[in-house]
Amino acid sequence: MSDTTDTGPVLAADGTPLKRSLARALRRQKMRALMLIAPLLIFILVSFILPVGDMLYRSVKNDIVADTLPRTVVAIQDWDANSGELPDEPVFAAMAADLKDAASAKTHTKVGTRLNYENPGIASAFRKAGRKAKKFDIENDGPWKEQLLDLNKAWGDVEVWRTIQTYSPRVTQGYFLNAVDMKVGPDGAEARPESEQIYMNLLKRTLWMSMLITFSCIVLAYPVAWILANLPMRVSNLLMILVLLPFWTSLLVRTSAWKILLQQQGVINDLLVWIGVVADENRLVIINNQFGTIIAMTHILLPFMILPMYSVMQTIPPTYLRAAKSLGATDWTAFWRVYFPQTVPGIGAGSILVFILAIGYYITPALVGGTKGTFISNQIAYHISTSLNWGLAAALGAILLAVVLVLYWAYDKIVGIDNVKLG
Amino acid sequence: MGAATESPKRAQGGHLTDTAANDGFVVFDRVQKSYDGVNLVVKDLNLSVGRGEFLTMLGPSGSGKTTCLMMLAGFETATHGDIRLGGKPINNIPPHKRGIGMVFQNYALFPHMTIAENLSFPLEVRKLGKSDREQKVKRALDMVEMGDFGGRRPAQLSGGQQQRVALARALVFEPELVLMDEPLGALDKQLREKMQFEITHLAHSLGITTVYVTHDQTEALTMSDNVAVFDDGRIQQLAPPDQLYEKPENSFVAQFIGENNTLEGVVTEITGDTCVVRLDDGEELDATPINVSKVGDRTTVSIRPERVEYNKERLQEGAHTLKAEVLEFIYMGDIFRTRLRVAGNEEFIIKTRNAPDVDRLVPGQQIEIGWLPQDCRALDA
Amino acid sequence: MKVMKTLAATTALTVSAGAVSAQDMSNELVLVSWGGAYQDSQQKAYVEPYLAMNPGLTVTWDSSSAEAVAKLRAMEEAGNVTWDLVDAVASDSMRLCDEGLAEELNHDEMLAAAPDGTSASDDFGDLLVSDCFVPQIVYSTTFGYRNDMVGDTAPTSVCDIFDTTKYPGKRSLQKRPIDNVEWALYCDGVAKDELYDVLGSDGGMERALAKLDTIKDDVVWWTAGAETPQLLADGEVVFGSTFNGRLFSAIAEQNQPIGMLWDMQSFDLDGWILPAGLPADRRARALDFLKFATDTQRLADQAAYISYGPARASSAPLVGKHAELGIDMAPHMPTDPANAGNIHVYDYEWWADNRDDLNAKFEAWLAK
Repeated sequence: MSDTTDTGPVLAADGTPLKRSLARALRRQKMRALMLIAPLLIFILVSFILPVGDMLYRSVKNDIVADTLPRTVVAIQDWDANSGELPDEPVFAAMAADLKDAASAKTHTKVGTRLNYENPGIASAFRKAGRKAKKFDIENDGPWKEQLLDLNKAWGDVEVWRTIQTYSPRVTQGYFLNAVDMKVGPDGAEARPESEQIYMNLLKRTLWMSMLITFSCIVLAYPVAWILANLPMRVSNLLMILVLLPFWTSLLVRTSAWKILLQQQGVINDLLVWIGVVADENRLVIINNQFGTIIAMTHILLPFMILPMYSVMQTIPPTYLRAAKSLGATDWTAFWRVYFPQTVPGIGAGSILVFILAIGYYITPALVGGTKGTFISNQIAYHISTSLNWGLAAALGAILLAVVLVLYWAYDKIVGIDNVKLG
Repeated sequence: MGAATESPKRAQGGHLTDTAANDGFVVFDRVQKSYDGVNLVVKDLNLSVGRGEFLTMLGPSGSGKTTCLMMLAGFETATHGDIRLGGKPINNIPPHKRGIGMVFQNYALFPHMTIAENLSFPLEVRKLGKSDREQKVKRALDMVEMGDFGGRRPAQLSGGQQQRVALARALVFEPELVLMDEPLGALDKQLREKMQFEITHLAHSLGITTVYVTHDQTEALTMSDNVAVFDDGRIQQLAPPDQLYEKPENSFVAQFIGENNTLEGVVTEITGDTCVVRLDDGEELDATPINVSKVGDRTTVSIRPERVEYNKERLQEGAHTLKAEVLEFIYMGDIFRTRLRVAGNEEFIIKTRNAPDVDRLVPGQQIEIGWLPQDCRALDA
Repeated sequence: MKVMKTLAATTALTVSAGAVSAQDMSNELVLVSWGGAYQDSQQKAYVEPYLAMNPGLTVTWDSSSAEAVAKLRAMEEAGNVTWDLVDAVASDSMRLCDEGLAEELNHDEMLAAAPDGTSASDDFGDLLVSDCFVPQIVYSTTFGYRNDMVGDTAPTSVCDIFDTTKYPGKRSLQKRPIDNVEWALYCDGVAKDELYDVLGSDGGMERALAKLDTIKDDVVWWTAGAETPQLLADGEVVFGSTFNGRLFSAIAEQNQPIGMLWDMQSFDLDGWILPAGLPADRRARALDFLKFATDTQRLADQAAYISYGPARASSAPLVGKHAELGIDMAPHMPTDPANAGNIHVYDYEWWADNRDDLNAKFEAWLAK
């Protein structure tokens, strides 16, 4: 014992240092483990990590301007946008040459669309110029300043050139600034006018409403999970099917069903009028607002709260409550001091699930949210599928991702992530 | 079953009891319990536990003993009959107002609280002041030698330590009655034996009334003042451990408690406190009639293995002898255990102490065995 | 005469189809459309006769037009465009063209001339809003109203939408600035031909939103075309804007108590685009089908199934009766002179430039 500790490294039977031979033995184990998880790892890498990485990159990527207008980008570098004067002839000549190339490659409209996100009107300037640009004779048709100004008055706008100059670099902060209701102004980043600020308010609203939805899910799911966990297995399995039933119905059908129930001429209002609680001319507005979104989404997400709660409650033996009562606790004290704290991991797991699902929802808020019940995901969907401003969508998505990670971190600090149990 | 309500007599230990006051600290009066409205789990139960008494409910699983404990604790309600505590019916008192300490099978220590918080819990709900609580918690922990563990969580303790804490928690609010539901079931043998001793010692030194449920007969015999043997929803026998072992009143108790040899036969003659039984192979022997009533009754004759003698020199006066063949000899250290064929029964066991003068039997050997008629009890068939 | 023309057209088509060797054409054709009644009308008017002429062909529908632009861009980035022809609204077709996702077409060369010999480009006329676009139908976004909820005087002007004293109750409007801001400015006194000048000037959008503010509390905003007919049928709203074909089917096919308000209906176009960069055999098949499906008779045939106006001038006289109801379809067309007395022609180019900017303002206003 003592001779091994004070005469250098411990040796294995064959004379190699024990540490090394242990490492060798472990390496084979590690390799085998790696081989086993490799398919999943590759799958996750290809289907999740790479796309998310690509999405994050898109939020700053701005190759298109430098690629499509290589001459202009170089020529305009030295121009002082704040001088109030148009760039000089060489810049216009460079633009004409770039436009000619771009038009024959049919990329002029793409760059126009890109710049149009920052300065409305540029798209048509490029589109119109493209039609003529194919026939430009760069050597002989100058001066290009006049030619372009003749073509479209947009080329005589200093702001257009400023936009081109601002968005020349291959990497841009423009999308992120846009996503936080700011823009690149003459003196750097500045806030957008109030009439154009939407994303931060939407983000706040999304987070706030997702919290409300999570909270109402907790309130509704807790007793249900409790009953499920305390019924005999046969009955609880049957009830579990009822809980899962919404999963088997299409999201659109469920959401439409809520419309029929909640609208002013809907079932609930009809019932209230019939009972006499509500006057016919004062029917309640319980859809197409935040209330509608909260109701419909609580319903849709409820199973995600019930399931983890149920599986956690199932593991809590009834003897704890009995023990508490035998020690003199009333039913309420026994529940609150003994049972409830043990279900917190289930509540935590359910809340994280519901909250994260909620902030990403867009179909339901779009259908029942009216104007004040929509989420930031609706704007992301708009930029993905309608405006095609994928850079902005990516920036909004990245912000959402960051917010989730920050909340997750905060949750870990406050509650402890070990305290999350799915069963 | 009339014997069950008779005041139990202490047979061992130096614990002082006042018979008159003890009579009925805990009383079950014609209690019945049914869960489904068809079958009775507890059938007409009458039981009285004296103040300061350590009573064990012993029985196989499903015999109704745990149900009785749960009715006493208040977690189950009796379908019929009264349960009285200190003379007052408690049927309608909720569990938290009964003031009964309880130790559960898996301890039921609250996992989200420290040991000290666990002990403090019953004091908090009783609205004791902070210093009072701390003092009592400390005393209770010291009592079970767990004084240094107050800040730990239950999951950080061993099974034996958790057991002590559970005991301390059940006692910390100084209840007059403590219920224990197979509290030692999860411990290994050595620890269990140690805890058996500690629990009895603690219960007696505090003078606390204890109702203890177990299916382990050794536990019941070593710990209790009185043992109630449960089977089929009834108390089969209520007696101090020695009586239970030596004088079982029916064949269930005889079989359930300790090891037991049985021989089947018919009663041919009853005279006072002896009777003659003709075994199925024609052999006749003398026995003590316990619950045979008339000639012609079928009976099971019960003899404890250690009361059987095969050394002729040691056979006592009046012993009855039978022929036997040795089938198996097992060396068990302190004792020898020998399996014999006796009157057609191939599971007849005898036990002999490992002493210098004792012969070791050899399989195939033909011997003669004998016992006194008073050790041979004719019980129900 | 009409029969003769049809025959001539069919013959010409058969000849021209024969010109391209059948072996060079793919035997599969993937068409993208909007699903529902509209896609059915295309199936009956274009695809079934085309399949009868080309027995070996398989046609697959993908009802993805609502997300066509985004999906096509994603397909192009992945290098695997699986669609052969995509049905898109005019503004989407312009965007696809700008993005280089749709092929620029030579309309006169690739499409059938009118029966009287008028070239395709002249027959379509102004409706060729993009080089990549072959229009099929003219539809309009207009208003329907509940007959039983408007009192004695049915609305006749689009500005009745803004009159909550005369017509109390909810109205449904599409949740986007397009059309709504034009109507708002028009009803705020802006002349029709100055709408976009005003909208583009400083404070123009604010003026439109201020007008919309007057009814903001009474508006139910819709995102799917089916919503307004449903809201009208449920009595949730008094007025609602939607596509005229949806209102036609609610009125004529489902007999709902709904009336049409054709004033200031906003004309829009729907048609085909050819994805850029298709393999030669698929491109040949797509063009062959395109030529057939957009000829004068086919466009007129479609009108028998749905109340949208054919995009060719030469098709209008051929519009007949509804295939099942047997009613004359012409009076239900947005292009019918009786309906098109006061129309709004929406400026695609202007919106392509300004949509995102105005949308931000619109969303910010909605959220207030």
